[in-house]
Amino acid sequence: MKRYRARRRRNAVAVSVCAGATLLGLGWVILILLALLREGRSGMSLAVFTEMTPPPGAAGGLLNAIVGSLMMTALAVALGTPLGIAAATYLAEYGRHGRLRHVVRFFNDILLSAPSIVIGLFIYEILVAPLGHFSGYAGACALALIVVPVVVRTTEDMLLLVPDPLREAAAALGLPRAAVITRIAYRAAGTGMLTGVLLAIARISGETAPLMFTALNNQFISVDMGSPMASLPAVIFQFALSPYKEWQALAWTGALIITLAVLALNVTARTIASARSRK
Amino acid sequence: MLAMASSLPVARPALGPAFRHWRAFDCGFRLVTLTATVAVLVLLVGIMIALIKGAAPAFAAFGPHFLVDSSWNPVIEKFGALAPIYGTAVTSFIAMLIAAPLGLGIAMFLTEICPTRLRRPISIAIELLAGIPSIIYGMWGLFVLAPVLQNTVQPVLIGLFARVPGLSALLAGPPYGIGVLTAGLILAIMVLPLITSVACDVFATAPAVLKEAAYGVGATTWEVFRHVVLPYARVGVIGAMMLATGRALGETMAVTFVVGNAHRISGSLLAPGTTISATIANEFTEAVGERYGAALMALALILFAITFVVLAAARLLLLHAGQQTGQRP
Repeated sequence: MKRYRARRRRNAVAVSVCAGATLLGLGWVILILLALLREGRSGMSLAVFTEMTPPPGAAGGLLNAIVGSLMMTALAVALGTPLGIAAATYLAEYGRHGRLRHVVRFFNDILLSAPSIVIGLFIYEILVAPLGHFSGYAGACALALIVVPVVVRTTEDMLLLVPDPLREAAAALGLPRAAVITRIAYRAAGTGMLTGVLLAIARISGETAPLMFTALNNQFISVDMGSPMASLPAVIFQFALSPYKEWQALAWTGALIITLAVLALNVTARTIASARSRK
Repeated sequence: MLAMASSLPVARPALGPAFRHWRAFDCGFRLVTLTATVAVLVLLVGIMIALIKGAAPAFAAFGPHFLVDSSWNPVIEKFGALAPIYGTAVTSFIAMLIAAPLGLGIAMFLTEICPTRLRRPISIAIELLAGIPSIIYGMWGLFVLAPVLQNTVQPVLIGLFARVPGLSALLAGPPYGIGVLTAGLILAIMVLPLITSVACDVFATAPAVLKEAAYGVGATTWEVFRHVVLPYARVGVIGAMMLATGRALGETMAVTFVVGNAHRISGSLLAPGTTISATIANEFTEAVGERYGAALMALALILFAITFVVLAAARLLLLHAGQQTGQRP
């Protein structure tokens, strides 16, 4: 009986330590979100979305940063998604039994977690240094390199979930392989692939490190992607570390905008995925 | 299945008129997807080549001594990587020291203890931590966490360990708020959801039959976890730890905000330091002169090499753990 009580006691300690760890983790989420809301909410106004980033000491908004972020993200997705989907198609369909698949999947998983600052330096070496100037295109390329592994991974997983009898039935009806893939497999895996793209957008919309040496920053609005471009993360970085109160307030507001956007993307992706799995 | 079928000599059904033009498209599509697959490999190799090329002048100038030299002086163009490497290693170590037990605890709570109804909301909330961009962690660390550490936590730590030999040197000096310890703490919060989600996945691979049998002979929840789930998931747990270490080593923005950016190796964890990624982020756009830029490129190459090895080991372990149970990690 004594030993049993000791075992029960040890169990109670372990369970409460685990519950405590969970509470601590949840507490961190709440603390961070509360701080963001407290500091960022006061600056949230229409001016943030309609005015340019101000010089020190003046009021202003984040329009140029938001426009730059949207343009570079859009181009990055337009570049990275087709490449990622094509590679994933080979891995899941044509090359499913080949040796190349294992190699590519392994290295893709490494690329998925590679430090993003290294990606920024790589684009600097091959695009910025030879051309002699920073540009929005270079920033978009750096972001696209982050999109590719995310899309490859999710698309391949989703294609592998498509049941083989579906493909076999289509092939038996005389559809060529390319038609089986584009008309049957893509359609069956469509929502899952969309989820992957949304997650990739969420991932790159907060990335700062790859943009610092590629798109740099810009005080003024610019839709010319051939020149340096502002982005929300880069402006937040510059403003948060500045000594000016107005700039710091704007940085908090920008941080709140990015976080809300990223969380909304994550929730949307999750909702789509779970709606699909219920079907 | 299809690949096997197509290698057999069967008569393929004739294509209908609507699909005649697909034959050329079929070849082209295959070629395009193969090219994209190879492109992913080329990208990784390209990153390595570009970094090696960029770093070559630094290694030519300083030789292997670069790795063990702790001086960093842009004025006389004398650079050594030891201080950033040390900072990267120490901050990641602190992060794992805190996040590993916490993450495993949360994973155990979610898989073994928590009521089913609460499981999903809690795991989503923890995963929110993973979704928050790293620059937000940096701001939060600098403006919210650092003042708290400076005014309350660090003075207490300094006072508490002042008389303890060994620890007094580790926790010495004025409380700056920012520094190596703060960076480690922020990194711990950042890698926590990664450890939790991977650990949850590998814990879930332990067969329910085994757990039920253990409960059946009267084992407590802790004993089931300790003697059934944990041995089963051991390889996967190590893989999760290494994956998180790889993430912590390369993390840039959050660390740049709170590490203090001082090129020195200090015995105290409260002192400001630097990491490889923070050094690059801070200095690259201001690096004038070929040697300065090359030294930063060399740092990037070292970081890439270290994370590559750690992540490759993590993936191999997780692959091994997945093969044991027939699941992809």
